[in-house]
Amino acid sequence: MSASDYNEVMSRKGEIMKDAVQIDYSRFESGSIAFDYEAMMEKVGYSLDQIRDIQLSTGVGNTPVYELKNLTALCRKTAEPGKGARIFLKDEAANPSGSFKARRAAVSVYHAKKLGYKGVIAATSGNYGAAVASQAAMQGLKCIIVQECYDSRWKGQPEIVEKARKCEAYGAEVVQLSVGPELFYTFLQLLEETGYFNASLYTPFGIAGVETLGYELAEQMREKIGRDPDAVVVTNAGGGNLTGTARGLLKAGADNVRIIGASVDLSGLHMASDGQFNRKSFTTGHTGFGIPFATNPDRSDVPRSAGRPLRYMDRYVTVRQGEVFYMTEVLAQIEGLERGPAGNTSLAAAFSIAREMDEDQVVVVQETEYTGAGKHIQPQLSFARENGIEIRFGNPEEEVPGESIILPGHPSMIRAVDLDLEKIKYSYIRNCLAKVGNPEDVGEEDLQFLADEIKLNKYAVKKMLHHMQGRENSGTAR
Amino acid sequence: MNAKKGDWVRIHKVILTADERAPQVPDDTKEVPLEMWDKGFLLNDFATIGDEVEVETIIGRKLSGKMIEINPQFDHGWGSCVPEILHIGRQVKSILEGAE
Repeated sequence: MSASDYNEVMSRKGEIMKDAVQIDYSRFESGSIAFDYEAMMEKVGYSLDQIRDIQLSTGVGNTPVYELKNLTALCRKTAEPGKGARIFLKDEAANPSGSFKARRAAVSVYHAKKLGYKGVIAATSGNYGAAVASQAAMQGLKCIIVQECYDSRWKGQPEIVEKARKCEAYGAEVVQLSVGPELFYTFLQLLEETGYFNASLYTPFGIAGVETLGYELAEQMREKIGRDPDAVVVTNAGGGNLTGTARGLLKAGADNVRIIGASVDLSGLHMASDGQFNRKSFTTGHTGFGIPFATNPDRSDVPRSAGRPLRYMDRYVTVRQGEVFYMTEVLAQIEGLERGPAGNTSLAAAFSIAREMDEDQVVVVQETEYTGAGKHIQPQLSFARENGIEIRFGNPEEEVPGESIILPGHPSMIRAVDLDLEKIKYSYIRNCLAKVGNPEDVGEEDLQFLADEIKLNKYAVKKMLHHMQGRENSGTAR
Repeated sequence: MNAKKGDWVRIHKVILTADERAPQVPDDTKEVPLEMWDKGFLLNDFATIGDEVEVETIIGRKLSGKMIEINPQFDHGWGSCVPEILHIGRQVKSILEGAE
């Protein structure tokens, strides 16, 4: 291998991807900022009913919803009188591969098979890899999972190693790599070599696959409480979970539900750092994915990501690693549900958010994930301690990502922290402007697109653009 | 340790050397190579740990690398005891019972 090979492969990115997903994204683009997102979802994807059929044929979906009565009672003990919403949980761990990701994989693998591909490839270290491997086994395709697994000392998080085991259990080949964004280069090479389908997380099939989650959630809650929930808390990483769930809720007519994104706070840690790789105890559902993918969704492995969380998000909060580990143990101890920590990011946030809400309100946590050796708080905390991370009870606000994990001294200390969604929306617009170069080229169509993208109206977007230009001009004058 | 044709082995390979790494990677990552590990059935008649070998992966792809393990196993488990975890359930149960 040489550096020139690297550059050559990367320069063929466009054609490799075209062969590997067979979507002509240019059909939906108009040359500047705007692109027809809804047309892409409609023309390339499948209808909700088709997706339900595809998923049902491999046992995906129809997961149960539980009311967490003991957790709600605990929440009310820490809330002001009259506060403490009822907390419900959609148990996505009940899917065949152990997470909601089976919904995405079912559709991608089905589509790959329909187009005549012999196999599928996915670049992921997480539950999605297991989901693709499981679906490939069910639908009779070959499968390669490319995984960022080890640091340069050949040390891997027990959670990631477990996921490799699960993928192999389903018959997939797991290509394990050390830390770095060049994973994408290996991924491209494999696509070129094998001619397999890119089962990307971010194609319209992948996102439409999650719509059934939101749709089911609305149906189940109407059955249980006779109405839609007041809020749904969604763990946010690449944005697909939030996008699909919100779209499914809207398709069910549940348009007054507040959509709250939640990520684990990993601020200060560099995601591509070899030295910091094993100093973070969360490998998904964290701000290292959540922020960059929200402000620039098209940084994914397809030209246009179908996961666009700012279109649907009403609020975005962070929780800390110690809070999520603590809540994972609480879920097992008082609700009898032993589930994997990463999926409980939204649970920790919901526990705090429920405390702000009234007793007659309802908040739903929309996912759980499987747990087991390596993917459980015991091995994850013990790995952290072996790596010199301080673990103690205390005030979670004192936690420093990569240095400490603070388990809350009392459940009342669990506090979801609001991110400045307006600032995130500004960053999104700034990233779009950087692509067109000249702000004067922003047309009416672009304005409408930007408004849709960040869930505001055209007037608000115009104001933001003026504000940004004003600031840039005054910057030049100085 | 020796392996013969058809044995299940783990191989290791450097994909990019330190000086071939992508420009955007942080400094500490730039100092180390991009490495790869994979598993397959040995295609050479005979090999010793450390040899350059060729394997056929579980899905039938052929690739080469340095053989580092025969019958590779997973060694992740439940980790060592983290006593703090034991106090969480006791604490929340006592809160629910009204002790706090």
